[in-house]
Amino acid sequence: MAEEQTQTAETEAPEDQAQEAAHSPQDVPAAEQRRWQEAQKPEMSDEEHLQGLSREQLRKIMWDMLLARRFEEKTAEAYALGKIGGFCHLYIGQEAVAVGAIHALQPDDYVMTAYREHVHAIQAGVTPGAVMAELYGRADGCSKGKGGSMHMFSAEHNYLGGHGIVGGQIPLALGVAWKIKYRKEERVMQVYCGEAAVNQGAFHEALNMAALWKLPMVLIVENNRFGMGTAWERAASLYDIWQKATAYAMPSAVADGMDPLDMYRVSKEAADRARRGEGPTLIEARTYRFVGHSMSDPVSGVYRTKEDVEAEKLKDPIRIYADLLARLDILSQEELEAMDAEVKKLSEEAADFADKSPEPGVAELYTEIYAEENVNGRLYFDMRER
Amino acid sequence: MAVITYREALNQALAEEMERDPDVFLMGEEVGVYNGAYKVSKGLLDRFGEMRVVDTPITELGFAGLGVGAAMTGIRPVIEFMTWNFAILAFDQIFNSAAKMRSMSGGQFKMPITFRGPTGAALQLAAQHSQALESQVAHYPGVKVVVPGTPADAKGLLKAAIRDDDPVCVFEGEMLYNLKGEVPEDDDYVIPLGVADLKREGSDVSIITHGKMIHVALQAAAQLEKDGIQADVLDLRSLRPLDTDAILATVAKTNRVVLVEEGWPYGGITATIAAMIQEEAFDHLDAPILRVTQADVPMPYAKAMEKAAKPSAEMVVEKVNRVLYR
Repeated sequence: MAEEQTQTAETEAPEDQAQEAAHSPQDVPAAEQRRWQEAQKPEMSDEEHLQGLSREQLRKIMWDMLLARRFEEKTAEAYALGKIGGFCHLYIGQEAVAVGAIHALQPDDYVMTAYREHVHAIQAGVTPGAVMAELYGRADGCSKGKGGSMHMFSAEHNYLGGHGIVGGQIPLALGVAWKIKYRKEERVMQVYCGEAAVNQGAFHEALNMAALWKLPMVLIVENNRFGMGTAWERAASLYDIWQKATAYAMPSAVADGMDPLDMYRVSKEAADRARRGEGPTLIEARTYRFVGHSMSDPVSGVYRTKEDVEAEKLKDPIRIYADLLARLDILSQEELEAMDAEVKKLSEEAADFADKSPEPGVAELYTEIYAEENVNGRLYFDMRER
Repeated sequence: MAVITYREALNQALAEEMERDPDVFLMGEEVGVYNGAYKVSKGLLDRFGEMRVVDTPITELGFAGLGVGAAMTGIRPVIEFMTWNFAILAFDQIFNSAAKMRSMSGGQFKMPITFRGPTGAALQLAAQHSQALESQVAHYPGVKVVVPGTPADAKGLLKAAIRDDDPVCVFEGEMLYNLKGEVPEDDDYVIPLGVADLKREGSDVSIITHGKMIHVALQAAAQLEKDGIQADVLDLRSLRPLDTDAILATVAKTNRVVLVEEGWPYGGITATIAAMIQEEAFDHLDAPILRVTQADVPMPYAKAMEKAAKPSAEMVVEKVNRVLYR
């Protein structure tokens, strides 16, 4: 299938035009869009789509996505006010991916991701207050202010970070999956990366070993189509990420990353397989980020147009899911508005909590680096008073 | 005490620690069926099975990261690099993950992992297989670094590394695996990290070094003795934590210092120690601190060139004579 697509693309565009197209933000999305549509989810009846999820669960998914959106909006506001520093990557547009996928897990399963992670942390169980306090660099943050936006952790919630080197978390997740097998546990390691991480060696090394040793790892690639400002088709020789699993004899799936129920469907199936000892799965979640790569980057510009973003916003996962729930009489417009008010309030409270949380003491500078500070010999060489 | 090789001492340490704690496992290239590229893991696969002695594909970044993930969730990996030269591919996981996980999570995750493998030049292995990288690794706060130079130290330090709750990088001497020495047989023979060992006592000059270079230093000290010069030879054993008390004590005793390391001078551990001594013991010095290191070039293949590039006992003697103004 991939070969056919490549050949089609070549016959349609002579080499010089193809070169030009590869650098033109106007033309590329059209070619990409074509391949995109070919991998869309199967036609499903409403019943199949809902997968027997209870009314309560379906509403909770809505609640979680709304909280994710409002929390990130609050984060953007706090960043603009200078309350949050450093790099800060928002999840707006991609909410369906983590919310749908984490709903498919059990409480003792593990979650790990890269640096676009505030929503994953919350979805894994960390309180919005602890996440916001971490963003503010405060003592009540989930990493006590030492991690920040890119390094949230919660051992209590089996939330394993929060990693800042593209692709670096995938071998770590492989190790957690190894531990699960070593200890003969029935748990799942669900790990995320962006599509750009797929080109890193770490991705391929980890996939090979995960499949070789049948480890309970589910890798969800959040394909939001741009590694910072580089369109995926400008970075990858093979567009379809899910096909890369074939190289490692690993099952894979492509999911609609704008639909939490589709994310739930593929993630559940993958988690069940992993729990049964049948090994890893690669999931490509096709999604879109409505915001810039980080708070320091523009929403659109040289790599995509404002119109592109506006067009994608018609597929806003929250709006589409709200429409579905309304059509099925699961959640009315009034109930949705009430829910929205609740999560907005929760986000405000998270920000208040962060604001009131103390700054970590500078005396903490030398704590939590080593397991034991009173050791033989010298651990630090800066000649400062401690 | 039995006389065994450095290789056998490491093997004993691994076997004893795996026996003692079912969470300890060994992973790396050729560690299982092949019994280890340097036979350090000989017999362990038969004894402990394939979940605990794990042959990996050639994928250093991948299995180093695997170890870090496994350690952060509670088991105790020993990750073997066929040589530290190959671990350069895995440095992202050692420096960005293992060294920082405890700190950036606000202390939530332990990192009880051991990375080990041979360091330094052997014979005519050329540029990519001859590097002594311990100084570079010791640069990163969050890791610990040990460099055993004798069979007894190899056993005691590896056991300590495996029992430690922080990432410990063990740099073994590629040319030391066949070295024989007395090694205690006690299961709890553990040498605490951060404790240097005075391998030879003297009062005229301090030669401070680690790893394979202790043998070069001892050779130099033997030559100097013929001239009536008595050298202290301090084996650091551990680069981080570093036994600065032992360093300052020998400086206070002899007032003259020659630092020796197998790696390059630029940013080397000897540079750090020289800075530390002048900051903290300047008044004890009767001469500038001098260093002997590898020539500051990629290691050449040709025999004579390689020999010229490596630190030698003659070079140490020459530097000692200079600090003694002889």
